[in-house]
Amino acid sequence: MSHGNMNLTLKVWKQKNKDAKGALETYQVKGISPDMSFLEMFDVLNEQLITEGKDPIAFDHDCREGICGMCSMFINGRPHGPVKGVTTCQLHMRSFKDGDTIVVEPWRSTAFPIVKDLAVDRSAFDRVIAAGGFVSVNTGNAKDANNILINKDDADDAFNAAACIGCGACVATCKNGSAMLFVSAKVSQLALLPQGQIEKEARVLSMVGQMDDEGFGACSVTGACEIECPKGISLENIARMNREFLGANIKSKH
Amino acid sequence: MATSPKLDAKVPKGEIDQKWSKYRSTVHLVNPANKRSLEVIIVGSGLAGASAAASLAEMGYKVKVFCFQDSPRRAHSIAAQGGINAAKNYQNDGDSVYRLFYDTIKGGDYRAREGNVHRLAEVSGNIIDQCVAQGVPFAREYGGVLSNRSFGGTQVQRTFYAAGQTGQQLLLGAYSALQRQVGMGAVKLYARHEMLDVVNIDGKCRGIIARDLITGKLERHFGHAVLIASGGYGNVFYLSTNAMGSNVTAAWKAHKKGAFFGNPCYTQIHPTCIPVSGDHQSKLTLMSESLRNDGRIWVPKKAGDTRKPSEIPEEERDYYLERRYPAFGNLVPRDVASRAAKERCDAGFGVGASKLAVYLDFSANMMRYGQIEANKQNIHNPTKEKIRELGMAVVKEKYGNLFDMYKQITGEDPYEIPMRIYPAVHYTMGGLWVDYNLMTTVPGLYALGEANFSDHGANRLGASALMQGLADGYFVIPYTIGDYLSEEIRTKAIATDHEAFVKAEAEVQERINKLMTIKGTKSVDHFHKQLGKIMWDKCGMARNAAGLKQAIEEIKKLREDFWKDVRVTGEANEFNPELEKAGRVADFLELGELMCMDALNRNESCGGHFREEYQTEEGEAKRDDDNFAYVAAWENKGNNAWELHKEELIFENIKIAARSYK
Ligand SMILES: Cc1cc2nc3c(=O)[nH]c(=O)nc-3n(C[C@H](O)[C@H](O)[C@H](O)COP(=O)(O)OP(=O)(O)OC[C@H]3O[C@@H](n4cnc5c(N)ncnc54)[C@H](O)[C@@H]3O)c2cc1C
Ligand code: SF4
Ligand code: FES
Repeated sequence: MSHGNMNLTLKVWKQKNKDAKGALETYQVKGISPDMSFLEMFDVLNEQLITEGKDPIAFDHDCREGICGMCSMFINGRPHGPVKGVTTCQLHMRSFKDGDTIVVEPWRSTAFPIVKDLAVDRSAFDRVIAAGGFVSVNTGNAKDANNILINKDDADDAFNAAACIGCGACVATCKNGSAMLFVSAKVSQLALLPQGQIEKEARVLSMVGQMDDEGFGACSVTGACEIECPKGISLENIARMNREFLGANIKSKH
Repeated sequence: MATSPKLDAKVPKGEIDQKWSKYRSTVHLVNPANKRSLEVIIVGSGLAGASAAASLAEMGYKVKVFCFQDSPRRAHSIAAQGGINAAKNYQNDGDSVYRLFYDTIKGGDYRAREGNVHRLAEVSGNIIDQCVAQGVPFAREYGGVLSNRSFGGTQVQRTFYAAGQTGQQLLLGAYSALQRQVGMGAVKLYARHEMLDVVNIDGKCRGIIARDLITGKLERHFGHAVLIASGGYGNVFYLSTNAMGSNVTAAWKAHKKGAFFGNPCYTQIHPTCIPVSGDHQSKLTLMSESLRNDGRIWVPKKAGDTRKPSEIPEEERDYYLERRYPAFGNLVPRDVASRAAKERCDAGFGVGASKLAVYLDFSANMMRYGQIEANKQNIHNPTKEKIRELGMAVVKEKYGNLFDMYKQITGEDPYEIPMRIYPAVHYTMGGLWVDYNLMTTVPGLYALGEANFSDHGANRLGASALMQGLADGYFVIPYTIGDYLSEEIRTKAIATDHEAFVKAEAEVQERINKLMTIKGTKSVDHFHKQLGKIMWDKCGMARNAAGLKQAIEEIKKLREDFWKDVRVTGEANEFNPELEKAGRVADFLELGELMCMDALNRNESCGGHFREEYQTEEGEAKRDDDNFAYVAAWENKGNNAWELHKEELIFENIKIAARSYK
């Protein structure tokens, strides 16, 4: 092993399943190298627990390069930890000091029930997308792509909104458990593009409706979500969605 | 050589450019009323699975989709970076369907089936149209048209992209089409479910056994047809650029139930990845091939040179790709670039602490872009610093997220110091053998995307996996499945208390019980790492007969140890990632052996398969077309025994020739 020399105390949330009562448990890890990612540090801890015949800590992860949105640890009170603009899997141990105590908890929100330990159920996001986060176009005879010309700035803005990875950090950090940043990113992407115009009113009403049904809280524009979002999704999206929503609501009442 | 009677590729007769259009207009159709009672199971929600699911549901079939992640949007396709090819000829640089077809066959070192590859090239343009219609935000020029970049193995610009996040944007497009069908009730979604076996009845595939990963319960699902779109198996090497969960299990279970496995040894080692930094490493990170557009690859001319890259003057640098392959330079195909990097490092010219790395340097192009920007902005006599600053902004826009990722992982700033890169396992060209319809050797069982073996021969060109996944799902399977299902309209849904389902479930349960009761001393990861090391050392970038034979013995031994000494913690009836891993590693331990057998059987070098015994004096791969122009399709005979079947590859449209990029 390329052993490092950091020793850490971890306080990690353990909870057997959705209905069980959870608690923080304390673990010691030794020989951590600053080049390890936060999840690799968890690999070391889990390997140690398995050797000791103990239950390893369950956590979600897959790509380990900040794009799938699966990893989701609430580290020392912040989703994805102390570094701005990175996901848990991209956080490296060089951001911590030897001897540190690190508290790791799952995302907490009524809409995201705990599956086990640090893993939560974010299927509410899928249902919000199913409610309207698409352009209704069947596979088949779409016209030539260059027949739709799009102003580069609009295309770039749409791309920036579409960069959301659906991790849920915005919900986890919000004191109201609001999903506004996530939902507005999708609404904005499609509202900025000509392809999204035809359905834009129905889309925003339907997605916001589903968001409310899933038990996400209301937005009080604290801006915490924007600060913690690993992909830099901006609050402007929320403003745009509010405009879209108002416009659509007025129309639908006529 | 004759093709085995068990392998009928079913490529339609006729001229190459007429085959697909004729097939489409003559294939049997299923009427809308019948579609409503036909059920299709899709294992996988990546580009291949999600696009197939959305398209089939739109057509009226009843669809069930399975994925092991918590959401279909997280399938490994999300991580693809650089781009997707299409023969649009938007750049007016001489591209055409034929040229994409030709580049793909040649890039694959003449080991792919012409009929399938031509169809892929034909539908490539439709993919871009479809994605744009869905709102996929591809990169654009100031005039509002789509932008392109170059990838390796071609001399045209046909790669469409969305910054370094093309896979993400394409998958989110397919995912939103899928979710639309979920919302309408046409698709039923089973996230956090793992398919653990297929169920065959009377010689046809009729369903699957899946485990609900949260409760651990086994479930039986019936389907008139089953589509495996479960991705590639690069993680057999433990370290690869694949996501941690990527695995072979779904394809392997299909293989054990009768689907032949095609060309298992064809593995793609990608030249530009961040080098291994230590034993703690859990995965490797790709630096997209698109970087080779603007980065020049070099090592010092002097072996063991320890100077900083900035202190090594121009004339003391060896731009070895430009030197060896002047026609393609830094844009040679991946297999060629990877071997060249290994050659330099093995000869002692590697850089960085481990000496297992080469430089990928952007400084020259940063200055070139800066100069162009200065001209555009009418800045006269700009300082060097100004030019650099302007150039840096251009590079940032093109590759910003990749540069950030590099810096995050290595702690070094690639705008200032050249990247250090080294080859890593990336993609598997091998996979389930399929015919022109994408059907495996089991009727009703299909394979799509990276899970099949079909289009890339012995080496895949960059930006062609996304193209193939979406071609299979959006444009091929919706037609070809009709050929089979039109004969199934009288088959009623089979109740899952049928003895075949009961038996399959019991077998799955028994295997899980076995894993849980070994209670040995070593973790699953321990075995996975050992296997990875054997595979990388002996069945990796260079292979030879002695090493492969040794590897086979070592894998057998390791597999025995695994089944005696693995420790799986927790319970079977709960969320248990260790148990999931154990099942996957158990399958890798069987696949690894077959890969080595296949590599040993293929006494030639082609594409990513480099047998040290078969090379030219200049160290290039030496094919043996007389004896090996075939697809190796392996039939599982149980107890880790296999029988080889051959599908002869016939080249009627492209003259088979030595591959040269010089
Ligand atoms: C880092 C990286 C970058 C890449 N960049 C590019 C690029 O720029 N251009 C390009 O063309 N290609 C690229 N590739 C290759 C390309 O991304 C993949 O080949 C392609 O996305 C595979 O798609 P797929 O649909 O076949 O499988 P995947 O996207 O891997 O999806 C597999 C699906 O199967 C499911 N699954 C697997 N097993 C089971 C099971 N047993 N039960 C239930 N579900 C299961 C998974 O949950 C998942 O939904 C890249 C690959 C990597 C690793
Ligand atoms: S908006 Fe940001 S924090 Fe919220 S889900 Fe998307 S990427 Fe994650
Ligand atoms: S594991 Fe994919 S974003 Fe962290």
